[in-house]
Amino acid sequence: LETVPEAIEKWGGRVLSLTLPTAMLKLVGMIPRAVDLDPALLRRLLRAKDRIDVASHMAWTVADLAKISGVSSAYFARSFRAAFGVPPHRYLLTRRIERARALLRDTDLSIIDIAFQTGWDSLGTFGRTFRDITGESPTALRGIEQSAGHRLDAVPHCFVSDANRPDLTIAVSEKRRRAADGRNAPVKGGAS
Amino acid sequence: MTEGVQVVGLYVRDQDEALAFYVEKLGFRVHTDVGNEDYRWLTVQHPDQPSFQLGLFRPQPPSVDAETAKQLDRMVAKGAMPPLVMVVDDCRAAHQRYSGAGVEFIQEPVERFGSVDASFRDPSGNGWKLVEAR
Repeated sequence: LETVPEAIEKWGGRVLSLTLPTAMLKLVGMIPRAVDLDPALLRRLLRAKDRIDVASHMAWTVADLAKISGVSSAYFARSFRAAFGVPPHRYLLTRRIERARALLRDTDLSIIDIAFQTGWDSLGTFGRTFRDITGESPTALRGIEQSAGHRLDAVPHCFVSDANRPDLTIAVSEKRRRAADGRNAPVKGGAS
Repeated sequence: MTEGVQVVGLYVRDQDEALAFYVEKLGFRVHTDVGNEDYRWLTVQHPDQPSFQLGLFRPQPPSVDAETAKQLDRMVAKGAMPPLVMVVDDCRAAHQRYSGAGVEFIQEPVERFGSVDASFRDPSGNGWKLVEAR
Protein backbone atom coordinates (compact mmCIF):
# COMPACT_ATOMS: atom_id res chain seq x y z
CA LEU A 1 0.00 0.00 0.00
CA GLU A 2 1.04 3.53 -0.77
CA THR A 3 1.88 5.46 2.34
CA VAL A 4 1.16 9.08 3.03
CA PRO A 5 3.83 10.71 5.14
CA GLU A 6 2.87 13.89 3.37
CA ALA A 7 -0.83 13.20 2.85
CA ILE A 8 -1.87 16.30 4.62
CA GLU A 9 0.83 18.90 4.69
CA LYS A 10 0.32 21.98 6.73
CA TRP A 11 1.32 25.30 5.25
CA GLY A 12 4.74 26.53 6.27
CA GLY A 13 6.48 23.23 5.87
CA ARG A 14 5.21 21.55 9.01
CA VAL A 15 4.15 18.04 8.34
CA LEU A 16 1.25 16.46 10.13
CA SER A 17 2.31 12.87 10.47
CA LEU A 18 -0.13 10.23 9.45
CA THR A 19 0.21 6.51 9.43
CA LEU A 20 -2.93 5.59 7.54
CA PRO A 21 -2.38 4.38 4.00
CA THR A 22 -3.78 6.59 1.22
CA ALA A 23 -6.22 3.95 0.07
CA MET A 24 -7.78 3.87 3.51
CA LEU A 25 -8.03 7.65 3.64
CA LYS A 26 -9.81 7.58 0.30
CA LEU A 27 -12.18 4.93 1.60
CA VAL A 28 -13.14 6.99 4.61
CA GLY A 29 -13.50 10.05 2.39
CA MET A 30 -10.62 12.09 3.76
CA ILE A 31 -9.04 12.41 0.33
CA PRO A 32 -11.54 12.86 -2.49
CA ARG A 33 -10.87 10.84 -5.60
CA ALA A 34 -10.20 12.92 -8.72
CA VAL A 35 -12.89 11.04 -10.61
CA ASP A 36 -15.52 12.21 -8.13
CA LEU A 37 -14.76 15.91 -8.37
CA ASP A 38 -17.38 18.12 -9.95
CA PRO A 39 -16.14 19.95 -13.10
CA ALA A 40 -17.42 23.26 -11.67
CA LEU A 41 -15.22 22.75 -8.61
CA LEU A 42 -12.25 21.77 -10.78
CA ARG A 43 -12.70 24.97 -12.77
CA ARG A 44 -12.49 26.96 -9.53
CA LEU A 45 -9.46 24.98 -8.34
CA LEU A 46 -7.83 25.78 -11.69
CA ARG A 47 -8.39 29.46 -10.94
CA ALA A 48 -6.32 29.11 -7.77
CA LYS A 49 -3.65 27.17 -9.64
CA ASP A 50 -3.53 29.90 -12.28
CA ARG A 51 -2.95 32.45 -9.55
CA ILE A 52 -0.01 30.45 -8.20
CA ASP A 53 1.41 30.18 -11.72
CA VAL A 54 1.43 33.90 -12.30
CA ALA A 55 2.67 34.88 -8.83
CA SER A 56 4.60 31.97 -7.35
CA HIS A 57 6.85 34.39 -5.44
CA MET A 58 3.98 35.34 -3.19
CA ALA A 59 3.55 33.81 0.26
CA TRP A 60 0.30 32.02 -0.56
CA THR A 61 -1.63 30.46 2.27
CA VAL A 62 -4.14 27.69 1.86
CA ALA A 63 -6.75 30.15 3.12
CA ASP A 64 -5.96 32.62 0.29
CA LEU A 65 -6.19 29.91 -2.34
CA ALA A 66 -9.28 28.30 -0.83
CA LYS A 67 -11.01 31.66 -1.01
CA ILE A 68 -10.26 31.92 -4.75
CA SER A 69 -11.82 28.49 -5.21
CA GLY A 70 -14.73 29.22 -2.91
CA VAL A 71 -14.21 26.24 -0.59
CA SER A 72 -12.94 25.66 2.95
CA SER A 73 -9.19 25.45 3.53
CA ALA A 74 -9.31 21.80 4.50
CA TYR A 75 -11.37 20.85 1.49
CA PHE A 76 -9.19 22.95 -0.80
CA ALA A 77 -6.00 21.18 0.22
CA ARG A 78 -7.55 17.75 -0.29
CA SER A 79 -9.35 18.48 -3.55
CA PHE A 80 -6.38 20.35 -5.08
CA ARG A 81 -4.23 17.33 -4.43
CA ALA A 82 -6.83 15.03 -5.93
CA ALA A 83 -7.21 17.25 -9.00
CA PHE A 84 -3.58 18.05 -9.76
CA GLY A 85 -1.68 15.19 -8.16
CA VAL A 86 0.33 17.26 -5.70
CA PRO A 87 -0.56 19.18 -2.55
CA PRO A 88 -0.87 22.95 -3.17
CA HIS A 89 2.25 23.94 -1.29
CA ARG A 90 4.36 21.47 -3.23
CA TYR A 91 2.87 22.71 -6.48
CA LEU A 92 3.90 26.23 -5.45
CA LEU A 93 7.39 24.91 -4.73
CA THR A 94 7.73 23.41 -8.21
CA ARG A 95 6.69 26.71 -9.74
CA ARG A 96 9.26 28.60 -7.68
CA ILE A 97 12.03 26.20 -8.64
CA GLU A 98 11.08 26.53 -12.30
CA ARG A 99 11.17 30.34 -12.03
CA ALA A 100 14.52 30.26 -10.28
CA ARG A 101 15.90 27.95 -12.93
CA ALA A 102 14.68 30.24 -15.71
CA LEU A 103 16.23 33.28 -14.02
CA LEU A 104 19.51 31.42 -13.58
CA ARG A 105 19.48 30.55 -17.25
CA ASP A 106 18.17 33.78 -18.76
CA THR A 107 19.55 36.52 -16.51
CA ASP A 108 22.74 37.55 -14.75
CA LEU A 109 20.96 38.20 -11.46
CA SER A 110 22.85 37.11 -8.36
CA ILE A 111 21.76 33.93 -6.60
CA ILE A 112 20.52 35.90 -3.61
CA ASP A 113 18.43 38.20 -5.82
CA ILE A 114 16.93 35.15 -7.52
CA ALA A 115 16.17 33.56 -4.14
CA PHE A 116 14.27 36.63 -2.98
CA GLN A 117 12.56 37.24 -6.32
CA THR A 118 11.23 33.70 -6.40
CA GLY A 119 9.73 33.87 -2.94
CA TRP A 120 12.30 32.49 -0.50
CA ASP A 121 13.17 34.49 2.58
CA SER A 122 16.48 32.73 3.18
CA LEU A 123 19.33 32.05 0.80
CA GLY A 124 20.21 28.88 2.70
CA THR A 125 16.73 27.40 2.40
CA PHE A 126 16.63 28.28 -1.28
CA GLY A 127 19.99 26.70 -2.02
CA ARG A 128 19.24 23.55 -0.07
CA THR A 129 15.76 23.07 -1.51
CA PHE A 130 16.97 23.81 -5.03
CA ARG A 131 19.72 21.24 -4.73
CA ASP A 132 17.42 18.64 -3.22
CA ILE A 133 14.98 19.00 -6.08
CA THR A 134 17.21 19.53 -9.11
CA GLY A 135 20.28 17.66 -7.93
CA GLU A 136 22.51 20.68 -8.60
CA SER A 137 23.34 23.84 -6.70
CA PRO A 138 21.96 27.05 -8.26
CA THR A 139 25.46 28.10 -9.37
CA ALA A 140 26.23 24.72 -10.93
CA LEU A 141 22.89 24.60 -12.70
CA ARG A 142 23.42 28.10 -14.08
CA GLY A 143 26.68 26.93 -15.66
CA ILE A 144 25.05 23.83 -17.15
CA GLU A 145 21.99 25.67 -18.47
CA GLN A 146 23.89 28.59 -19.93
CA SER A 147 26.36 26.39 -21.76
CA ALA A 148 23.62 24.07 -23.07
CA GLY A 149 22.05 26.65 -25.40
CA HIS A 150 18.29 26.53 -25.72
CA ARG A 151 16.02 27.10 -28.65
CA LEU A 152 12.90 27.52 -26.56
CA ASP A 153 12.44 31.20 -27.34
CA ALA A 154 10.21 30.10 -30.21
CA VAL A 155 7.76 28.53 -27.72
CA PRO A 156 5.25 30.73 -25.87
CA HIS A 157 6.58 31.36 -22.42
CA CYS A 158 3.86 29.83 -20.24
CA PHE A 159 4.13 26.46 -21.99
CA VAL A 160 7.88 26.37 -21.41
CA SER A 161 7.36 27.26 -17.75
CA ASP A 162 4.80 24.55 -17.35
CA ALA A 163 6.95 21.92 -19.02
CA ASN A 164 10.08 22.81 -17.06
CA ARG A 165 8.44 22.48 -13.68
CA PRO A 166 10.15 19.76 -11.63
CA ASP A 167 7.92 16.71 -11.40
CA LEU A 168 7.89 16.53 -7.64
CA THR A 169 5.91 13.41 -6.93
CA ILE A 170 7.21 13.07 -3.40
CA ALA A 171 7.67 15.61 -0.63
CA VAL A 172 11.05 17.32 -0.48
CA SER A 173 11.53 16.01 3.06
CA GLU A 174 10.97 12.50 1.75
CA LYS A 175 13.29 13.03 -1.22
CA ARG A 176 15.94 14.32 1.17
CA ARG A 177 15.49 11.31 3.44
CA ARG A 178 15.80 8.84 0.59
CA ALA A 179 18.92 10.57 -0.67
CA ALA A 180 20.40 10.35 2.82
CA ASP A 181 19.48 6.68 3.02
CA GLY A 182 20.96 6.11 -0.42
CA ARG A 183 17.96 4.25 -1.70
CA ASN A 184 15.00 4.85 -3.93
CA ALA A 185 12.69 2.12 -2.73
CA PRO A 186 9.26 3.18 -1.50
CA VAL A 187 9.23 3.74 2.23
CA LYS A 188 7.28 1.29 4.30
CA GLY A 189 5.15 2.25 7.24
CA GLY A 190 4.47 5.61 8.77
CA ALA A 191 5.81 9.09 8.53
CA SER A 192 9.19 10.48 9.35
CA MET B 1 -6.31 27.74 -50.57
CA THR B 2 -7.68 24.26 -51.21
CA GLU B 3 -5.64 22.13 -48.80
CA GLY B 4 -4.95 22.62 -45.12
CA VAL B 5 -6.49 22.38 -41.67
CA GLN B 6 -10.12 23.38 -41.79
CA VAL B 7 -11.56 22.62 -38.34
CA VAL B 8 -9.96 22.14 -34.96
CA GLY B 9 -12.34 21.54 -32.10
CA LEU B 10 -12.37 22.40 -28.43
CA TYR B 11 -14.46 20.71 -25.79
CA VAL B 12 -16.63 23.18 -23.92
CA ARG B 13 -18.90 22.72 -20.92
CA ASP B 14 -21.82 24.63 -22.44
CA GLN B 15 -22.15 25.54 -26.11
CA ASP B 16 -24.38 28.59 -25.55
CA GLU B 17 -21.89 29.95 -23.04
CA ALA B 18 -18.96 29.20 -25.37
CA LEU B 19 -20.72 30.82 -28.31
CA ALA B 20 -21.36 33.99 -26.30
CA PHE B 21 -17.72 34.02 -25.17
CA TYR B 22 -16.06 33.52 -28.55
CA VAL B 23 -18.47 35.76 -30.47
CA GLU B 24 -19.37 38.53 -28.04
CA LYS B 25 -16.12 38.76 -26.07
CA LEU B 26 -13.47 37.74 -28.60
CA GLY B 27 -15.17 38.97 -31.75
CA PHE B 28 -15.37 35.64 -33.62
CA ARG B 29 -18.21 34.92 -36.06
CA VAL B 30 -20.47 31.91 -36.16
CA HIS B 31 -19.60 29.72 -39.14
CA THR B 32 -21.91 26.74 -38.64
CA ASP B 33 -24.50 26.10 -35.96
CA VAL B 34 -26.60 23.08 -36.78
CA GLY B 35 -27.94 20.08 -34.93
CA ASN B 36 -30.88 18.12 -33.70
CA GLU B 37 -32.04 17.30 -30.20
CA ASP B 38 -28.89 16.93 -28.10
CA TYR B 39 -26.39 17.07 -30.93
CA ARG B 40 -25.00 20.42 -32.08
CA TRP B 41 -22.20 21.07 -34.56
CA LEU B 42 -20.99 24.54 -33.71
CA THR B 43 -17.98 26.24 -35.28
CA VAL B 44 -16.79 29.83 -35.13
CA GLN B 45 -14.22 31.77 -37.12
CA HIS B 46 -11.75 34.47 -36.48
CA PRO B 47 -12.83 37.36 -38.76
CA ASP B 48 -9.38 37.48 -40.39
CA GLN B 49 -9.18 33.72 -40.99
CA PRO B 50 -11.96 32.64 -43.32
CA SER B 51 -10.39 29.25 -44.12
CA PHE B 52 -10.22 28.07 -40.51
CA GLN B 53 -13.00 27.08 -38.13
CA LEU B 54 -12.76 26.61 -34.40
CA GLY B 55 -15.21 23.94 -33.26
CA LEU B 56 -16.97 24.36 -29.92
CA PHE B 57 -18.12 20.85 -29.13
CA ARG B 58 -19.64 18.97 -26.23
CA PRO B 59 -18.08 15.65 -25.26
CA GLN B 60 -21.24 13.57 -25.23
CA PRO B 61 -22.79 10.23 -26.05
CA PRO B 62 -22.90 8.52 -28.44
CA SER B 63 -19.59 9.93 -29.76
CA VAL B 64 -18.08 9.06 -26.40
CA ASP B 65 -19.76 7.15 -23.58
CA ALA B 66 -21.27 9.08 -20.68
CA GLU B 67 -18.44 8.32 -18.26
CA THR B 68 -15.80 9.40 -20.78
CA ALA B 69 -17.79 12.58 -21.43
CA LYS B 70 -17.66 13.36 -17.70
CA GLN B 71 -13.93 12.72 -17.61
CA LEU B 72 -13.40 15.02 -20.60
CA ASP B 73 -15.41 17.75 -18.87
CA ARG B 74 -13.13 17.34 -15.85
CA MET B 75 -10.00 17.47 -18.01
CA VAL B 76 -11.11 20.73 -19.60
CA ALA B 77 -12.14 22.21 -16.24
CA LYS B 78 -8.73 21.55 -14.74
CA GLY B 79 -6.88 23.06 -17.68
CA ALA B 80 -5.42 19.78 -18.93
CA MET B 81 -6.19 20.36 -22.61
CA PRO B 82 -3.45 21.30 -25.14
CA PRO B 83 -2.09 24.82 -25.61
CA LEU B 84 -3.91 27.33 -27.81
CA VAL B 85 -2.27 30.42 -29.22
CA MET B 86 -3.84 33.50 -30.77
CA VAL B 87 -1.67 36.03 -32.52
CA VAL B 88 -2.47 39.75 -32.43
CA ASP B 89 -0.81 42.90 -33.75
CA ASP B 90 -0.90 44.64 -30.38
CA CYS B 91 -1.13 42.47 -27.29
CA ARG B 92 -1.75 45.29 -24.82
CA ALA B 93 -4.57 46.71 -26.93
CA ALA B 94 -6.14 43.27 -27.33
CA HIS B 95 -5.80 42.64 -23.60
CA GLN B 96 -7.54 45.92 -22.84
CA ARG B 97 -10.32 45.17 -25.30
CA TYR B 98 -10.87 41.60 -24.13
CA SER B 99 -10.60 42.26 -20.41
CA GLY B 100 -13.00 45.16 -20.85
CA ALA B 101 -15.40 42.62 -22.32
CA GLY B 102 -14.99 40.44 -19.23
CA VAL B 103 -12.45 37.86 -20.43
CA GLU B 104 -10.69 36.08 -17.53
CA PHE B 105 -7.00 36.88 -17.93
CA ILE B 106 -4.64 34.64 -15.99
CA GLN B 107 -1.54 36.59 -16.99
CA GLU B 108 -1.38 40.28 -17.75
CA PRO B 109 0.71 41.36 -20.77
CA VAL B 110 4.44 40.85 -20.20
CA GLU B 111 7.23 41.94 -22.51
CA ARG B 112 9.91 39.32 -23.10
CA PHE B 113 12.05 37.94 -25.90
CA GLY B 114 11.18 40.96 -28.06
CA SER B 115 7.44 40.37 -27.92
CA VAL B 116 4.49 40.87 -25.59
CA ASP B 117 2.27 38.04 -24.38
CA ALA B 118 -0.69 37.50 -22.07
CA SER B 119 -2.91 34.52 -21.19
CA PHE B 120 -6.61 33.99 -20.72
CA ARG B 121 -9.07 31.15 -20.33
CA ASP B 122 -12.45 30.53 -21.84
CA PRO B 123 -15.29 29.82 -19.39
CA SER B 124 -14.76 26.05 -19.72
CA GLY B 125 -11.07 26.23 -18.79
CA ASN B 126 -9.36 26.09 -22.20
CA GLY B 127 -6.21 28.19 -21.94
CA TRP B 128 -5.17 30.68 -24.61
CA LYS B 129 -1.92 32.49 -25.05
CA LEU B 130 -2.26 35.90 -26.61
CA VAL B 131 0.96 36.67 -28.45
CA GLU B 132 2.03 39.77 -30.30
CA ALA B 133 3.28 39.06 -33.81
CA ARG B 134 7.02 39.51 -34.15
